[in-house]
Amino acid sequence: MRHALTLRIGPATFRIGSAWRAPLAQIAHLYAAYPRVEGAIADFTVRLQPTNMLRRWVRPSIFITGDHGLADAAPMSLAHGLLAAEMGMNLQMALGWRRHLLLHASSVEKDGRALVMTGESGSGKSTLAALLGERGWRLMGDEFALLDLECGAILPFPRLVSLKNGAIDVVADAVGEARMGPLLRATAKGDIRHMIPRDGAVSRMDEGATPRLLLFPRFGHRAEERAVGQGEVFMRLTQASTNYVAAGEAGFRALTRFVADVPARAVDFSSGDEAIAMVERLWDERA
Amino acid sequence: MSAALLVEVLRHPAGAARLNAVGWNGLLAAAKAERLTGALAFRLEGQPVPGAAGPVLADARADAAREAQQALWEADRAAAALHGSGVRPVLLKGAAYVAARLAAGQGRFIGDLDILVPRDALDDVEARLMAAGWEWAKPDPYDDAYYRRWMHELPPMIHAERDRMIDVHHTILPLTARPTPDAAALIADAVDIGGGLSVLSPEDRVVHAVAHLLADGDLQGGLRNLWDIHCLLADVDPARLEARAVRHGLLAHVRQARRLAAGLYGAGSRLTPWDRIIVARFLARDGWGRETRKALVFAFYLRSHWLRMPPLMLARHLWTKWRKGHRPA
Repeated sequence: MRHALTLRIGPATFRIGSAWRAPLAQIAHLYAAYPRVEGAIADFTVRLQPTNMLRRWVRPSIFITGDHGLADAAPMSLAHGLLAAEMGMNLQMALGWRRHLLLHASSVEKDGRALVMTGESGSGKSTLAALLGERGWRLMGDEFALLDLECGAILPFPRLVSLKNGAIDVVADAVGEARMGPLLRATAKGDIRHMIPRDGAVSRMDEGATPRLLLFPRFGHRAEERAVGQGEVFMRLTQASTNYVAAGEAGFRALTRFVADVPARAVDFSSGDEAIAMVERLWDERA
Repeated sequence: MSAALLVEVLRHPAGAARLNAVGWNGLLAAAKAERLTGALAFRLEGQPVPGAAGPVLADARADAAREAQQALWEADRAAAALHGSGVRPVLLKGAAYVAARLAAGQGRFIGDLDILVPRDALDDVEARLMAAGWEWAKPDPYDDAYYRRWMHELPPMIHAERDRMIDVHHTILPLTARPTPDAAALIADAVDIGGGLSVLSPEDRVVHAVAHLLADGDLQGGLRNLWDIHCLLADVDPARLEARAVRHGLLAHVRQARRLAAGLYGAGSRLTPWDRIIVARFLARDGWGRETRKALVFAFYLRSHWLRMPPLMLARHLWTKWRKGHRPA
């Protein structure tokens, strides 16, 4: 393809090709601190291509695909090209990654132990992970937590943190403009802005951690906390995993062990500060 | 062209040792796009491969093993649903290759479960599958009526709990196609493999794969289907294959498939101009896994409809589908 770059995030290497320069220039800028692996053999190919020949030039429109793709993926405006590249990488992971059990969850680490947070889009898991990452925790990832099928560790996948709508200003205030990407207005999920993880998150991205606490955060409710039974945890994590079926028996064993070993809590909160206080308290109670 | 590289490595795996990273990326992208990663991984077993390519190939082998297990389970469930009906379903394509432990099954991507049953047993088979949890996947009445009147299979069904599709065939080409294979002979000569299941005879396996590749469809996934044929040809006697092809009215197609398989995956062969056009269609894939030669690909798409039905019927069908909002991909 006309423009290309190769990027490694945690254990996965992506070769991204694009019909346009801009999306990859933004990716190169925001991922500048990540390992340079140009010319490497990639695990996945991502393609940002015009939805048809005309749409390369006239009202450019991106079709996101690659080794794995969805025939009915919605076309995206070139103005959202950075988001398209990120979605292209997520798509490959979600549909093609086999070496770990993939949990749709954020994760942060402290003292070699991992806190895993899972929930729907809008639950606050990304924002919470981003904020904790600025307060003494190491950000491991805001989108996917990789559960090792053999040893049960959580491995990082620290791509750019994707922040939406109200979360954008909260995090931008905490981390400063230099680590924020461009504001992408009016995407399918509202306004989106990406945040570059701290140096440690990137330099230690091959370093796993033992999972120690699982949270189901829910933003927008009165502060409350409740225990979650193992059966419910198991079912919710199978739903939060894109490759649970593909992982077969190994996936079942890894998830069973995770659910048996890691205590789980559902936490409702109405602000970032409230959430952080709850998380720190729950973490210390488990110490 | 990356598809050409994929063919080259499938034919001669030791050649992979000479590839640089650009070559490997193109090879893997083409193999994924053609759904040949599993077959490639098996072909490359024992060959030295670069460190970064090893895990990708290992993933493909694991995927293939899981798909084989799933396919065998679906076949077993179908056999259980039809137990006592007097119908012994004949497994077709991927599930058959895996169940019969054929070379063509090694690393093969397996999508739906395809079975062949006698046409006069269709109503009973359909009722028994529905009772066992399969349901219609295409609710559109036009599609349903179209399948039942003109196709070689029932409308696809999907299992409500396992989310897996089954295609119930009563012959191997649409009823509207010009050749008319002898479906009764296919079933009469099928080979029992135990578990209430059978597979086509070695010669009929080739004839079916050839019919699917060259007398039906638009050659989408053609490299994979031709790889099947290349592997299946190793198990047949050429004279018996010819006789069988005559019986099914597919001799010219079988001969062409043998030339193409030998030309691409085997020791080479003398290709006709028409063979070369098909090869050009097969190899329309670049180093990013993109389809190239758009005009040629579209021409084969048009041809697939031409093969399936007479012109007036085709016009009516396309008009109906267009009104329903269908557009060629």
